[in-house]
Amino acid sequence: MGDTIQSVERAAAILRLLASGPRQLGVAELARALGLPKGTLHGILRTLVHVGFVEQDDTTGKYRLGATLLHLGSSYLDVNELRTRSINWADALAGRSRESAWIGTPHEGHVLVIHHVFRPDDSMQTLQVGTYLPLHASALGKVLLAYDPYGESITPPLQAHTKRTLTDPARLEAELAQVRARGWAAEMEELTEGEVAIAAPIRDARGLAVGAIGIRGAVERLAPGGDLHMEFVSYVRDAARAITRDLAR
Amino acid sequence: MPRPHYVAAIDQGTTSSRCIVFDQAGNIISVAQREHRQIFPKPGWVEHDATEIWQNVEAVLAEAVSGAGLEDGQIAALGITNQRETTVLWERATGRPVRPAIVWQDTRTDALTHALAEHASLFREKAGLPLATYFSGPKIRWLLDQDPGLRERAERGEVLFGTMDSWLLWNLTGRHLTDVTNASRTMLMNIHTLGWDDDLLAAMGVPRAMLPEIRPSAEVYGHTRDGVPVASALGDQQAALFGQTCFAPGETKSTYGSGSFLLMNTGQEPVVSKHGLLTTVGYRIGDGPATYALEGAIAVTGSLVQWLRDNLGLISSAAEIETLAKTVDDNGGCYFVPAFSGLFAPHWRSDARGVIAGLTGFVNKGHIARAVLEATAWQTREVVDAMNADSGLDLTTLRADGGMTADNLLMQTLADVLAVPVIRPMVAETTALGAAYAAGLATGYWPDLDSLRANWHKAAEWRPAIDEAAREREYRNWKKAVARTLDWVEQ
Repeated sequence: MGDTIQSVERAAAILRLLASGPRQLGVAELARALGLPKGTLHGILRTLVHVGFVEQDDTTGKYRLGATLLHLGSSYLDVNELRTRSINWADALAGRSRESAWIGTPHEGHVLVIHHVFRPDDSMQTLQVGTYLPLHASALGKVLLAYDPYGESITPPLQAHTKRTLTDPARLEAELAQVRARGWAAEMEELTEGEVAIAAPIRDARGLAVGAIGIRGAVERLAPGGDLHMEFVSYVRDAARAITRDLAR
Repeated sequence: MPRPHYVAAIDQGTTSSRCIVFDQAGNIISVAQREHRQIFPKPGWVEHDATEIWQNVEAVLAEAVSGAGLEDGQIAALGITNQRETTVLWERATGRPVRPAIVWQDTRTDALTHALAEHASLFREKAGLPLATYFSGPKIRWLLDQDPGLRERAERGEVLFGTMDSWLLWNLTGRHLTDVTNASRTMLMNIHTLGWDDDLLAAMGVPRAMLPEIRPSAEVYGHTRDGVPVASALGDQQAALFGQTCFAPGETKSTYGSGSFLLMNTGQEPVVSKHGLLTTVGYRIGDGPATYALEGAIAVTGSLVQWLRDNLGLISSAAEIETLAKTVDDNGGCYFVPAFSGLFAPHWRSDARGVIAGLTGFVNKGHIARAVLEATAWQTREVVDAMNADSGLDLTTLRADGGMTADNLLMQTLADVLAVPVIRPMVAETTALGAAYAAGLATGYWPDLDSLRANWHKAAEWRPAIDEAAREREYRNWKKAVARTLDWVEQ
């Protein structure tokens, strides 16, 4: 085993001790159990409280595990769970907008389509669940990029899918800033000629964007003359908010 | 006065009562829901408090209407759909229940149904049903047997019987009625004449004076205090059949919940099953002829996924079964037959118990997750085969609804196993929608069945993607696994 960092080891020992029983522990008890001076412990505890892994009781001044730590292990939202929790709202979105509804999550540099509701006109359509969309050229992808909790920037070159695809990283960044400012993204024939899409973020109980929901349809219906009909934007945002509310419960 | 624009449906279910308001396109406008207590006085007994249920229904009705900012005048009609077979007895004079309601799941009538075995063929012929604890007739008989005074009062018509539809209609309109689909679950109605049958009543020992009048599923039964016409009543599975617009013979819906119920429209003649299915009334609109259905009940489907979650801890939410199953490409040779309380349709073997067959050192939890999903698909296949054989009709597509339709892998497996496309409709709440449709038809809110069909849209479709040889091989293996569940419980 190579070099280890002593203060991280000590922090781990504190967490283990706090996790070992239901009792809250004071600095003196921790110092005794770990054989460390109180001064050393204070510094580590202050840091752990700062990141939310440990909480200090207001009245007793004793320490316990923090809520952030408790959520760490269970925070990953399974995509099938996300579909299950979204399905009624996605149906309603397709019903109101009369367009196909889509939900995507980030997956290895792409948008993974995890749910797809057919456009309700009984035309021949094929289920697209499991397919990938490009992040920079789709409304779902732009939402996922704009709200990416890790803030990773997309690496050029950006592939052109149509002549309207944003391939200049600076222009894409500017657009993502706009997405964050107004809370939704548009895709104006950037992936497929003649197709327009709108998307908004789905957030989990911690406020992190775990996916995006949107609709996709012909430019003549969604944006005749090149301007998006705002009623479609409101349908999409209503659906995203409804799912976000559900996930917070 | 504002113009009526919506139809409301009460969905009185086993665990909760809901009210859903729909618009003319079948979109959901508002939902209100309240759960009621499940009362377990003894092992195998399940009861509900009918008064509590009525109070909940009143509350959700008010909530769904006013909560959506609607006024009573905007509700064109009110429909009812309900948990089936659950039995309520109440006093005509006061409207008060005289005993706790006995829920369909309750098995206290087990010994009684065995004692009635000499009449089994009569019930099969005239009521279309096998002798089982499930149905209302034995529950009424059990209640009357407990108390001679109660029987006398029932004979004088002072104590009344009803399923949940009757109980709600009594409280909403003051009339003692039941709809024909609910009546078809009592073992007391002749499925050919659609009337109470003296032979069935005599065999079951139930006095006619306590029974409600049998009415069509869709007609104006009366009005609420606020003047809204109460215009439909259907058992929950029949309502789902109607909500899925399965109006033509051969059209079949399957609802995937804890258990699963397949209903196939068989047209205007009852088909008496030779393959372990129930004959039931699908619906009857006004004075039109009744439409019949064959019904196949599968006891354990979604509840097997819950078992994997709660009893084995292999997953932390039901939806994760799909994630776990997708960690492998196939079942690894493993088959899971969840005969936890015997096998229902089409086998009806109470001596069977669950089996995981084909285990080798290769099999991991992903394979077991696959086998769990495949169990739902193969059980569906067995019921569909029985339906095709009984009806002489061939299933061409399966219309699936219920919570498990969110599982894409299950839906694809269903299409593979059945060798027909599986379709999920746009409105998942098919049960409430069916009751709303029937009420809207009775009041002219919707003009005809075609206008309802026009509301039905595909939300997703899965097409078969495996070859016939693979399908046959897997079905053979499944049947071998089923054979290994039999003769487990020693009688």
